[in-house]
This record gives sequence, structure tokens and C-alpha cells, in this order.
Amino acid sequence: MLPPLAVVLFATAISLIFFWVPEDAEDPAQRIFYFHVPIALTSYACFGWGAWKALRVLWKRDHRADVESYVAIHQGTIFGALTLVTGSLWARATWGHWWLWSSRQLVLFLVLFLFYCAYFMLRFSVEPGPRRANLSAVYALFGVVLTPVSFLAIRLAEDFIHPTVFTRDGPQMTGSMFAAFCVSLAAMLTLFATFYSIELAGKRIDAQIRELREALS
Amino acid sequence: MRYFTDVATLARKDLLLEVRARDTLPAMLLFVVAALVVFHFALPSEAGDVAGLGLLWVAIVFTALLGLSRAWVAEREQGVQDGLVLSPADRSAIWLGKALSSLAFLLLAEAIALPAFWIFFTGLDAATIAGVLLADIGICAVGAFVAAMSTATRARELLLPVLFLPLAIPLVVGGVGASVVDGPGRYLAFLALYDALFATICWASFEYVVTE
Amino acid sequence: MSEKYVAAAYLVVFVAVLAYVVIIGTKLARLEAALAELVERVRARG
Repeated sequence: MLPPLAVVLFATAISLIFFWVPEDAEDPAQRIFYFHVPIALTSYACFGWGAWKALRVLWKRDHRADVESYVAIHQGTIFGALTLVTGSLWARATWGHWWLWSSRQLVLFLVLFLFYCAYFMLRFSVEPGPRRANLSAVYALFGVVLTPVSFLAIRLAEDFIHPTVFTRDGPQMTGSMFAAFCVSLAAMLTLFATFYSIELAGKRIDAQIRELREALS
Repeated sequence: MRYFTDVATLARKDLLLEVRARDTLPAMLLFVVAALVVFHFALPSEAGDVAGLGLLWVAIVFTALLGLSRAWVAEREQGVQDGLVLSPADRSAIWLGKALSSLAFLLLAEAIALPAFWIFFTGLDAATIAGVLLADIGICAVGAFVAAMSTATRARELLLPVLFLPLAIPLVVGGVGASVVDGPGRYLAFLALYDALFATICWASFEYVVTE
Repeated sequence: MSEKYVAAAYLVVFVAVLAYVVIIGTKLARLEAALAELVERVRARG
């Protein structure tokens, strides 16, 4: 049910973006935004979902939620990497630089990307088990607190880092642009949901096969 | 009341161990002064005082990391960690005791580092000192917590900077802002906010770090 | 000129999705092979 929905939404989004929405004269690379921002928002959704599952690990001692948390954060990191790449391409197309320290969203994403990459280093450094589940869950929850704090820090840092703030972080959207944006966002979120359930199913089957193998030998 | 006695006992134990071993604090002192000398050579002549102040914060963060990497070693080597956890002390007291002793070490190192910075680079105003004190609290609270996490892993001390630095970025912003900007008030307030938020979640979640 | 970058951005996303699908596909093939092996073992036991 999910995969066909994702395909339909994607096809609709791309058609709208390339054939329906009017081109912005000031910002010719604006079409990147229709993907870049939904990918960023989906990434936040992934991390949020991962944090929710992490809370269940600690609070309800639900250790099945550990795998779910891990998969969500894994997806979030992939979408996060895509956010950085598309953002960089947009910066290059619009301002001529491959990176803009003056873009709050991009800088916040970089900090969070570093944070969540460390999540994997932490996780792969511990033997599987309740200890690893607890450590990963605590770290994922730290990410929830770090996100707004970092955003605030980045805003405060603008005073002494970049006196000239010359970036438009988001276009003013007309009705049709907003509609295309929403379809694109729905497509990305559905993509996350699809990959999430597939990856979870894969891990579940993997665990069951391992159990079977042990039972048979 | 019992809780705070436990915290004080744990912190005092760490300080006594250091008085006897005398390894961590001298290393931190030497490191921070050497780092400041390196920074002199790393700054081009047009850099100015502001760049120097920024690098002060780099020095503080990395000196703290040096001290924190040794924070839980004694517990791990003597297999004491299980003993500590079995004690009736509330788990979070273990974290708080460690954070306080780390803070003591960091403050002692800064007692040398800040005058050295004054001599080598430029003077420090009250806002900078206040920023250093506030940031130290955050560094030690989060640092002690994250050091405990990294001790529980195979990679041990290797993991500590990787886990710590993203969390330290807001502290650096707050500290540098307080040192450099004309109206340091909001940066100091931001540091206090960071300290309050992170100390709370560290306190609330430490038991999950040391138990299964 | 900027169409190049727009195209690049969409291409990156497309390639990433495709790469993910390929990875999932190989994982699935591996799981199927493991499952077939286990079925064989059960059959051999009788």
C-alpha cells in the first residue's frame, strides 16, 4: 500500500514542480527548494520518530522499540545527508558558494548531522543488548534537546560571525507553489514511511532467520 | 539530604585520588599553556584580539576533553563501577559527583590558563570570566555524562570527542559571544539556559547509562 | 545555467533512492538464500 502511494505522490510532485508551478525570475534555482525543504522536514520527522521510540525503550522498557528507533534515525541521517547536498547545490546555484554559513537551516543541519553520525559510532561500539539499547535511546533523546538549543545558538552566533545576512532562507510562496510544496512534502514523508517499514521488516526477518539457524544446529 | 552527602563524598574521593596520583591536573595545565603558544603561531598578525578570544574557547574545550577522558578511568580499572552502582546512592548522584570533581579540575586549570591568556594575548573582562564560569558548568555536566557513555563502549576514550563536540557547539557560541559582543547579557543567559536544560536531562537519564 | 544545478539536485535524490532500493534488493536476496538453506536443512533432517 505504501510503495505505490509513494510512487504516485512522487510523480505528482515532479509533474507539478516542472510543468505547473511558475518560474521565479529572481531565483532560478528555486525548484531545488521544492525538494530540499521537504527532505529537511522529513529528516526532522525521522529524528523525532526515532526519539519517540527511544523514549519507549527507556520508559516502557520496550526493547523492540530499540530497532525501530535505530531505523528511524538511520533514515533521518540519510535524508539529512540529502538535505546538505541539495542545500549546497542550491547555495552554489543561487549565490555561487558551495556552502553558506549564513543559512541558519543549513548550519543547524550540519551540527545535527554530526550529532547523529556520532550516534552510529556509539551504537556500533557496544555489544547488542539492553545496554546498547539504553545508551542509544539516551543519546537520541539528547538530540531532541540539542535541536532547539543549537538553533538558538546559531541565531545568536550571527551577531559575531556574519554581520551581513544575505540569504533568503525560504521563498514567499504563492498558492500554486504552496500546493506543489505540500505534495512534495507528502511524497517525502511517504518515502520515509515506506523505507522505514521495509527496513524494519528486513531486520525482523534477519533476526528470525538467525533464531531458526540456532534452533536447527 | 543523604543525596547531597553522597555527591560530596564521591566528588571528594576523586579529588583525593588526584592529589595522590597527580597526573590529570598537571597534564591539563601543560596542555592549555602549550595550546595557547600554538595559537599564537596559528594566528596571522592581522588577526586581532577577537580571534584570540575565540581561540581561548577552543583551548578551554579541548583542555576539558583531556581531563574528561580520564574521568571514569579509575572506576573502570578497579572494576569499581559495579560497586558504585550497587550502592544505595541514587544513580544520578554518581554523575553529579563526577561532574563536580571535573569542574574543580577545569577551574584549577583555568586559574592558570586565564592569566596566561592575559599575558600572551589580551585582557579579559568580567563578561568573559562570567561566560567561562557558566560554560564550565555545561562542559562538565555534559562532559561527565558523555564520558560515562563512552567508557561503556569498546572504543572508550576515542569516542569521547566525537560525542562531546556537537553538544559543545552551543557552549562555544555562548562563550565567544559573551567575550566578543558588546551586549553579553543574552549570551550569558543562553549559557545559563543550556546549563539548566542539559544538567536536567543528564540528571534524569544517568541511571540508564549505568544500568542494563 | 542554474538548470544544471537544479538537475543535479534532483539527480542526487533520484540516485540515492535508487541506491537504497538496490541495497534493499541485495539484502532481500541474501535473506532468501539463507531461508532456502534453512529449509534444506529441515528437509534433510526428515
